[in-house]
Amino acid sequence: MMSTPIATEIVILLAGLLFVLGIVGVIIRKNIIFMLLSVEIMLNAAGLAFVAAGSRWAQPDGQVMFIFILAMAAAEVSVGLALILRIYHQHKSLDIDKLKEMKG
Amino acid sequence: MDHLLWLIPAFPLVGFILLALWGKHLSRFRTAIIGAGSVSLSAILTLFIGLNFLHSTPADGHYSQTLWTWFEVAGLIPKITLYLDALSLVFVFVITFIGALIHIYSVAFMAADKDYARFFACMNLFVFSMLLLVLADNLLLLYLGWEGVGLCSYLLIGFWYENPNNGYAARKAFIITRIGDTAMAIGLFVVFYQFGTLVIPDILALAPTTWQEGATVTTVTALLLLAGGLGKSAQLPLQTWLPDAMAGPSPVSALIHAATMVTAGVYLIARMHVIFQLSPIAQMIVAGIGAATLLIAGFSALTQYDIKRVLAYSTISQIGYMFLALGLGAWTAAIFHFMIHAFFKALLFLAAGAVIEALDHEHNMFKMGGLKNKLPVIFWTFLIGSASLAALPIISAGFYSKDQILWYAWASEHGNATLWLIALLGAFLTAAYTARMLLLTFWGDAKTAVSHYPGKFMTIPLAILAFFSLFAGLIELPHNFGHFTLFSDLLHQVLPETILRTGIHGELPFQLLAFLVTFGGVYMAYIFWYKKPQLIEKLKQSPPLTHLYRFWFSGWGFDQIYHVLFVKPVVFIANINKDDVIDKFYQGITILMVRLNRLLSVTQSGSLRWYIIGLVVGAILILSIQLML
Repeated sequence: MMSTPIATEIVILLAGLLFVLGIVGVIIRKNIIFMLLSVEIMLNAAGLAFVAAGSRWAQPDGQVMFIFILAMAAAEVSVGLALILRIYHQHKSLDIDKLKEMKG
Repeated sequence: MDHLLWLIPAFPLVGFILLALWGKHLSRFRTAIIGAGSVSLSAILTLFIGLNFLHSTPADGHYSQTLWTWFEVAGLIPKITLYLDALSLVFVFVITFIGALIHIYSVAFMAADKDYARFFACMNLFVFSMLLLVLADNLLLLYLGWEGVGLCSYLLIGFWYENPNNGYAARKAFIITRIGDTAMAIGLFVVFYQFGTLVIPDILALAPTTWQEGATVTTVTALLLLAGGLGKSAQLPLQTWLPDAMAGPSPVSALIHAATMVTAGVYLIARMHVIFQLSPIAQMIVAGIGAATLLIAGFSALTQYDIKRVLAYSTISQIGYMFLALGLGAWTAAIFHFMIHAFFKALLFLAAGAVIEALDHEHNMFKMGGLKNKLPVIFWTFLIGSASLAALPIISAGFYSKDQILWYAWASEHGNATLWLIALLGAFLTAAYTARMLLLTFWGDAKTAVSHYPGKFMTIPLAILAFFSLFAGLIELPHNFGHFTLFSDLLHQVLPETILRTGIHGELPFQLLAFLVTFGGVYMAYIFWYKKPQLIEKLKQSPPLTHLYRFWFSGWGFDQIYHVLFVKPVVFIANINKDDVIDKFYQGITILMVRLNRLLSVTQSGSLRWYIIGLVVGAILILSIQLML
């Protein structure tokens, strides 16, 4: 059962939308965990763009890149979560605005 | 014999190196042995080589020894070559022989000084540099020695550096001689540009064929070299440093500022005599400067009260005589006067040093007096030195050398009545200030008690120098009085004969006049400063004479003029430029950088949000630029 192919432009647009969502999330969120989630969204947006491009030119490269991104995202999340854990232990807070130390 | 030549300057150099490196750890005895011994060895070796030279003069009239090539650059290949001919032999003899005597004297004179080794190290370095100066066969090596003696002069004038005035005197000497040195360096450039070589014998051989007599380039070169000589030899208008240079210890004044270094200018002009002969104008200027200097310094010497300053002005005046002789073309007479002057002036300075030490560092002659019986050895040697300086007829060596110059001032082809009269007036002044110094110091009432008596180390060099001050003149007798010309025969190997004007005869009346003038000077001093001192007091009442006295005392106001003309403007500009005008530009750059840094450091807020916004904006910017292009 073959579903109707979706136009690449729409997928790329969706990826762009997701990416902008991610950026906005990173910028406006105060909680570090949410910022990390937003970063994940950005990564997935990039992955989606790769897959779309791979299907557009019928090349496997896009999917290969997505696998890479998945692996990298997993590693990033594990490191990020570990850092967040440490930050919470040290500062008893996850509010990014309270963690500022540089005064400019 | 020539293979031993290098040892003459090598001994003092080794002495300097030993004393400079290990001087602090050597005992005083060893320091004295190294310091005085090195120069004495040079003196003995010089006697040895000198006798050999006189006995069997080489066919080409010189020994030379090439040690190594200094460097090679674009056709300039100066070699470290020592060159000994009759002229340099006289200088080497004076430098090592008198140098050795002064070193031996210093062993006792400086005995109580805490910087014993430093003193001898500087003195040895000086003797080495001076020997290099007179033995150099090319002008570049000569210039090395020339700067070396300048450095040692600076170091030794400022030897007692705790007193800031001594440091000031040292700097003054260094800076003023530097003016002459700079002119001389330019002269060397011109010579090299013209001849493509700096080797002195080559230049002297090439000059008459390359240069026209009286051409501009000849005159300019001669004047540039002369300027170097004027600085070193303390002649008008660069003479002001020498009286202040008396701040150094007395042996330094004797060796550097009387016997050797200050006559380097005389050596230079005699050495380059061909260039001066080719330029009658330059030679006239040499004679004119010599004549003017000997008068100006003579009048100043008459008014000083510090015994060493009298001797300093007297040195300037006597070197003025040498320059006069050089300008007259009486080359051998100049060198003869140099040698005799070195003997008696070194003697006078050493004896004055002994007097000053005996009276607990009293320099003022008006506070001395009555030392005739208390310090008999000093008195007799000082008397002999003074007789030689005043050119007392027949018995003193100074008579034979100065009489020659007086005679040539009248009789040589460049001579004339004016120069002769000036020289004669100079002789009168010399006799007057010498007698004044002698009378004030040794006759009259004792005003300061004698606290030290000089030992053997000090009196023996004085006695030897006194012997030469009496009898050294006998190697060259006037034409009408023995006509014995050993000295000038020797020097005529190098220097040309003096050409006399035509139709000149009768040396005797001039000599008699010189006798009279000398005795007149002595008599005047006797009246004014011994017999009737109230006359001086009376003269001091009249304001014009007091002004004249002050004018002469201050050395004809040269210091004040230079202060207004040079020192003040320079200090003024230095004050304006205290924080460096050009530096303002670089300061501006640093201020700009600091501002930018402040501006950018605001962005380092620690707020992650702003960083990300910055990243995004930057990425958008770069992408859009790329899309647009």
